[in-house]
Amino acid sequence: MMPRALTVIPAAVYVLAAYAFIYLPVVVLVIFSVQDGRLPVPPFKGVSLRWYHEVFSDSDLMEALVNSVMVGVVSAGLATVLGFLAAHALARHRIPGAVLFQWLLMAPLSVSYLIIGLGLLITFTATGMPKSLLSVVIGHVVINLPLAFGICYSQLGGHQVSAERAARDLGAREWQVLALISVPMMWPAIAASFFLSFTLSWDEFIVAWLVTRFDVTLPVEIWSLLRSGLDPTTNAVGTVVFAISMALVIVMELFVFRRRVRA
Amino acid sequence: MNRRGLAGWFLLAPALLWVAAFFVVPFAVMALYSVWRRDGTQLVREPSLANYEAFLGKSYFLDALFNSLEITAITVVLSVLFAYPLAYILAFLVPRRWQRLGLVLAILPFWTSYLVRSYSWLLVLSENGVISQTLVTLGLISETMSFANSNGATVLGFVHFFTMLLALTIYANLVQISPNYRRAAEDLGASRLQSFIHVVLPLSLPGVMIGAFITFVLAIGDYVTPQILGGNRELVMPQAILLQVQRRADFPMASAMSLVLMLVVSAVFLASARWLKMDRV
Repeated sequence: MMPRALTVIPAAVYVLAAYAFIYLPVVVLVIFSVQDGRLPVPPFKGVSLRWYHEVFSDSDLMEALVNSVMVGVVSAGLATVLGFLAAHALARHRIPGAVLFQWLLMAPLSVSYLIIGLGLLITFTATGMPKSLLSVVIGHVVINLPLAFGICYSQLGGHQVSAERAARDLGAREWQVLALISVPMMWPAIAASFFLSFTLSWDEFIVAWLVTRFDVTLPVEIWSLLRSGLDPTTNAVGTVVFAISMALVIVMELFVFRRRVRA
Repeated sequence: MNRRGLAGWFLLAPALLWVAAFFVVPFAVMALYSVWRRDGTQLVREPSLANYEAFLGKSYFLDALFNSLEITAITVVLSVLFAYPLAYILAFLVPRRWQRLGLVLAILPFWTSYLVRSYSWLLVLSENGVISQTLVTLGLISETMSFANSNGATVLGFVHFFTMLLALTIYANLVQISPNYRRAAEDLGASRLQSFIHVVLPLSLPGVMIGAFITFVLAIGDYVTPQILGGNRELVMPQAILLQVQRRADFPMASAMSLVLMLVVSAVFLASARWLKMDRV
């Protein structure tokens, strides 16, 4: 068994080292969020939840949190609806130039968020549109539409076509086919698009930062906290955001996993 | 046009209009602004290449571009070198039923807030941070020192993020390679190393190249990690672009720089296009 031990032991060491590297910053973040001291650095001075208390009683942070949820829900909802309808159009209807439109809908994926945000900022400024949460919603739909479209388009397979045709033969109108046949059959893809879009919107910073001023989203509020340097409050809010993102990922896993089981 | 054809256009129109209004138009506006220029507080609406000339003529801008390219190149190489063995071990040495758990664990922090992740590295790298204090305790350095505010810290933050992304894409690529190929190679007398070099590695390269390209695109366009971890001494392109926006409100210059950045990304895409065979992922 000597040769086997020679591969397994270095491999195990490598994996453990890699995990240590991957988890080091997260662990440091969480540990020093429950520390009773003004600076989130060693040595550890005892456990306290005061920084969490600070976070939940900070009205700016809580307002930003609510804003982020609103922006996330609205932009993910819009991106999913628009993406699903467009995917349905291109997968089920004969449209001249379909390849061009498909390419156009996916194009924002190839441009960095910074440049998308800057383009919106310059355009909004030129047209006199004020900075607001609405601008963030607009930007986040631009970012997430390609993903929602791509997910729905890839899942609009052949097996729904006959059900749709049957409904049409039985006299269903076009909107009835869409609402009563396609949407229920596509539900896992629609849910996956929505949750992925929400997760990305929830974490998006640069676009939100460029196009807001007074009402801001949570990442923008956290950015202003970062200016004050190392601060246990930032650790606490970071841990809270981490927990919420984890919950979202678990919800997403369940949906994606369920779809795979069914398929 | 028949009724179903019309219905298709109705379904497609909202998404197309959204992309046209909020992606294509802003892009055209930027392209237009990039050939205008700002004079004092005035916007001069006469076409000229002044911004591009300024970009090519001043070392300030070119340094930012080269710094970006250098940091991104190092990030891509280190991330691939670090992620590949991890993906390989997960795909071939870990028992099948533990693989999914191993993979999920390896990419879990990928879903934490992007801002907070960079900040977390600041906790590790700062003057009183974990590394500095550990090294002092071990007696390897005599006084606490900061490892943040450097290109090295930026690269570290990037490598951490992209190792997770690449471990996922490379793993997905490796498990698709039929075990029969490796078995055939080993039946024909190849050692494990030989079968890796001549069979597994070539078959996995297309997936690695795509992962590397995504890493390149995301890293070169990122503002957050260089700003938090790299500090302000050696700027990268996104930092230089945003300085034009914030300090000087110079939208024309920022537009020109953004287009240059996009041009560089496109050039790298075209240069590596023959390696990026999408259908083989």
